[in-house]
Amino acid sequence: MINSKIPSGELSQKWSTYKSTCKLVNPANKRHIEIIVVGTGLAGASAAATLAELGYSVKTFCFQDSGRRAHSIAAQGGINAAKNYQNDGDSVYRLFYDTVKGGDYRAREANVHRLAEVSGNIIDQCVAQGVPFAREYGGLLSNRSFGGTQVQRTFYAAGQTGQQLLLGAYSAQMRQVSLGKIKEYNRHEMLDLVVIDGKARGIIARNLVTGEIERHGAHAVLLCSGGYGNVFFLSTNAMGSNATAAWKAHKKGAYFANPCFTQIHPTCIPVSGDHQSKLTLMSESLRNDGRIWVPKNQNETRNPKDIPENERDYYLERRYPAFGNLVPRDVASRAAKERCDAGYGVGASKMAVYLDYASAIERYGKTEANKQGLSNATKEEITKLGKQVVKEKYGNLFDMYEKITGENPYEVPMRIYPAVHYTMGGLWVDYELMTSIPGLYALGEANFSDHGANRLGASALMQGLADGYFVIPYTIGNYLAGEISTPKIDTNHPAFDQAEKQVKDTIHHFINIKGTKSVDHFHKQLGKIMWNKCGMARNEKGLKEAIQEIRELREEFWKDVRVLGNENSFNPELEKAGRVADFLELGELMCMDALERAESCGGHFREEHQTEEGEALRHDDQFMHVSCWENTGNHTWTLQKEELVYEVIHPTQRNYK
Amino acid sequence: MEHKTLNLKLRVWRQSDSNTQGGFVTYDANNISTEMSFLEMFDVLNEKLINEGNDPIAFDHDCREGICGMCSMYINGRAHGPWAGTTTCQLHMRAFNDGETITVEPWRAQAFPVIKDLVVDRSAFDRIQQAGGYISVNTGNAQDGNSIPINKHDADLSFAAAACIGCGACVAACKNSSAMLFTSAKVSQYALLPQGGPERKTRVLNMLNQMDKEGFGSCTNTGACEAECPKEISISNIARLNREFLNAQFSL
Amino acid sequence: MQLHIFLSHNWIIRFLEIGLFAGIIAHVIQGIMLERSNRSKRKIAFDVKPGNATSKWYSRSMGLLGVLILLFLIVHLSQFWYSTKVALYAEGDAEHNMYQQMKEVFQHEWVLLVYLIGVVALGWHLKHGFWSAFQTFGINSPKYNSLIKSVGMVYTIIICLAFISMPLAFYFKWLN
Repeated sequence: MINSKIPSGELSQKWSTYKSTCKLVNPANKRHIEIIVVGTGLAGASAAATLAELGYSVKTFCFQDSGRRAHSIAAQGGINAAKNYQNDGDSVYRLFYDTVKGGDYRAREANVHRLAEVSGNIIDQCVAQGVPFAREYGGLLSNRSFGGTQVQRTFYAAGQTGQQLLLGAYSAQMRQVSLGKIKEYNRHEMLDLVVIDGKARGIIARNLVTGEIERHGAHAVLLCSGGYGNVFFLSTNAMGSNATAAWKAHKKGAYFANPCFTQIHPTCIPVSGDHQSKLTLMSESLRNDGRIWVPKNQNETRNPKDIPENERDYYLERRYPAFGNLVPRDVASRAAKERCDAGYGVGASKMAVYLDYASAIERYGKTEANKQGLSNATKEEITKLGKQVVKEKYGNLFDMYEKITGENPYEVPMRIYPAVHYTMGGLWVDYELMTSIPGLYALGEANFSDHGANRLGASALMQGLADGYFVIPYTIGNYLAGEISTPKIDTNHPAFDQAEKQVKDTIHHFINIKGTKSVDHFHKQLGKIMWNKCGMARNEKGLKEAIQEIRELREEFWKDVRVLGNENSFNPELEKAGRVADFLELGELMCMDALERAESCGGHFREEHQTEEGEALRHDDQFMHVSCWENTGNHTWTLQKEELVYEVIHPTQRNYK
Repeated sequence: MEHKTLNLKLRVWRQSDSNTQGGFVTYDANNISTEMSFLEMFDVLNEKLINEGNDPIAFDHDCREGICGMCSMYINGRAHGPWAGTTTCQLHMRAFNDGETITVEPWRAQAFPVIKDLVVDRSAFDRIQQAGGYISVNTGNAQDGNSIPINKHDADLSFAAAACIGCGACVAACKNSSAMLFTSAKVSQYALLPQGGPERKTRVLNMLNQMDKEGFGSCTNTGACEAECPKEISISNIARLNREFLNAQFSL
Repeated sequence: MQLHIFLSHNWIIRFLEIGLFAGIIAHVIQGIMLERSNRSKRKIAFDVKPGNATSKWYSRSMGLLGVLILLFLIVHLSQFWYSTKVALYAEGDAEHNMYQQMKEVFQHEWVLLVYLIGVVALGWHLKHGFWSAFQTFGINSPKYNSLIKSVGMVYTIIICLAFISMPLAFYFKWLN
């Protein structure tokens, strides 16, 4: 039975009540308690640092060569916090409300409220750590607005907010390493979870440099291993981002929640060919000033600059006059797909739309000319001034676009297309962030908890750091208080033997299949199935086909994959094989979940369930729940449901018109 | 953008592990689209090697959007290749001509031992950071973010230093294999902020000490690091580090 | 008192001379140690070098330039400094006509060549060294960088021209 352990009482008091009543661990006992943290992104690094500060003995694991490289580093736009520094009416309640609404009423109220409550502390903590946030001339912190909200609550550091926040958490982590409280295991990959007497007690990890299989015991294990967007092969995730840690935990009994909730980000650089290895995001902040359009004629071949205004379709402004180009990500993505599918796409592939800065350049140019007192500035002068302003605001993004495409976005409109960006689904966790396996926690993107069916911009960084800095330090104590008499975990326990053997057997098996096709070949095939049939729009027929195709592909993979090299050395192909093997199972579950959820909500759009105007149609009466999938072995799952109870917010159909 | 296909020769450093001697092997890379990134060209080559039953080339890479700092190739004598302010993953094949021979080497420095082929061990950077690249503030101790106003100019300079991605191109570019640009970027980020004040003296001394221990060379101000840094970190940060050092060493 | 007597006996000059020697010797030793240590930090050299694409040749060649300057100094000192010291100490403050000596020595083409090489090396050494000293002492600011570089350039030119003017003047017989 699903028990989400939401504290009783009024919503706004739940977290403070919890904090003042949860169990604590005495400092002398903390020293003897070991905690494993898998993944060193925002959630992992902040949790590891904070738990070590509290006195626990922490071990961190990451597959990269340094904790600082985790993919949180790539987040561009910003981090939300209900500081109301701009005096524009923001509050904890509004941030909470926007997040629940943005998530299309599929998130847990209590978790989201807690997130909004601690959001302000995150900013304070980061500033104290020396994170160089953008500032105003008066020396105070600067804010901007970000997709889908009407207040300015986003803190940022140019287009590198994720980098700066991660380096802040990483610096805190490094400090604890130097103090001997954290032991780092970099270039290590968790390959299995060890469960003893129903509790998470350690992991099996592979040293990626030597190939050695290692056993690590702990009183609790935290999975902060990020999302599973790479199921799609092409995504904005890093090449190494993977679901293996979470998936192994799932196979050991942790429920996987809402796997079909994936976020397709509307502003990415389009695919240029079969060689494409990943997709690059262009920050959502570009939608603040850019206008999105396609030609009104199908199969348009003219240069975009030669297409007159009246032959352009600014489809977001047309369909959503109130929010225009700033509609939430899921809405913007689907609208782009709709236009391209209808034959209005642009570029060589016809799978792209224009993001145009011409009018922003003109608008900024005029303002700037006024400021400088140039009353009869020529068109050229205005354009020049406008480009300067745009360069100042978005220069790094424009440069990046030019490097990748070879086109100058100051002169020609950028081409963009949606791409897989984030996964709202993940391991099911209760209010304490504990999975259905006692002692196993999931933080950040690895869990499902706060974003419902769609995540708002600048909320992922907030959630990762909230979980790591301000939630887990309290909630883990509530569990570990019961573990103070558990001695150091014995890694000679038969459960370790068994897990290690299984890991070794699988690796051995990969090397010995000696098939004919590379791991990437299978990964690309899987990606195509997922993108076409479980991507921005899904339908029953397609999902059923996808499930069948994935099963066949998986069978072929296990018969015909070619992994060269050996198991006792640095072998990136072997690493990839393990990750793709897991994606091949997770992909199937995603399709099953998408099939089961016969409604449209947030990032999950079922073509059978839309309004007459083509908008997402929720069925709250049937699907106001979290779908929690329990692995029953042999590629079978059973579904359990956690009903979502809205005590404060009354769900409505989202309307951005 | 018009695209072409290129036929190239790649001279790549192959080394099976840190204890084995390495050497160059030349490969043909044909039908390479100018739209590909440099690493995608390596993907294509590796796919071919796998199909032929040959060990693919190991190289470090992760985000492929120029921010994680994992990619690290020394291309035709240039750290991260010929484009300024660009990581290897963002370098595109438009930068090369048909028929060209491209030599690819790992970062070479005593402090960065080769793990395999083009992959090197940069954990020395982590240890430099551990020596003092942080502000000692436990979670929960912080005061309100706006209680410390910081002059925008300093905050911007601090950010420019903090933009370092820790890739190690500065070390590869430096004839002395010095890590001064990396270390100075960290020291500068904190030196420019009031939050970094209390620990500024110990920070610079400890980080420099660790840098020397790791086996990096000394700075002789050639400026090659700045020219090759994908994030265009300025060597004025090195001057700032020197200032911090003198202040820490000689003030009473 | 004749000027040369004053110059060779004045304690300020003696003090500066000793200081200069100490400075040069320390600089040479430190430079050699630094160069050796820096070279040891990369056991396997890069196969392809960036050339001048990332740095100026003279800033990379301070060791080589330094060696050239040192060789020049050895020639210079053995020719002039040594003989004045011999005259001063070994020959009991004997009359020593430096002017005449210079006139003779600088008639040789090879000497002129050595001086030219030495001074050119010194010029490049200073061009990098002047700015580099400021950088090492932490002075690098957009406000003053161009000033530092210009002063360095002017200083370098003055020093080099002054040093080379005597050999040139004697060789081409601008003086008699």
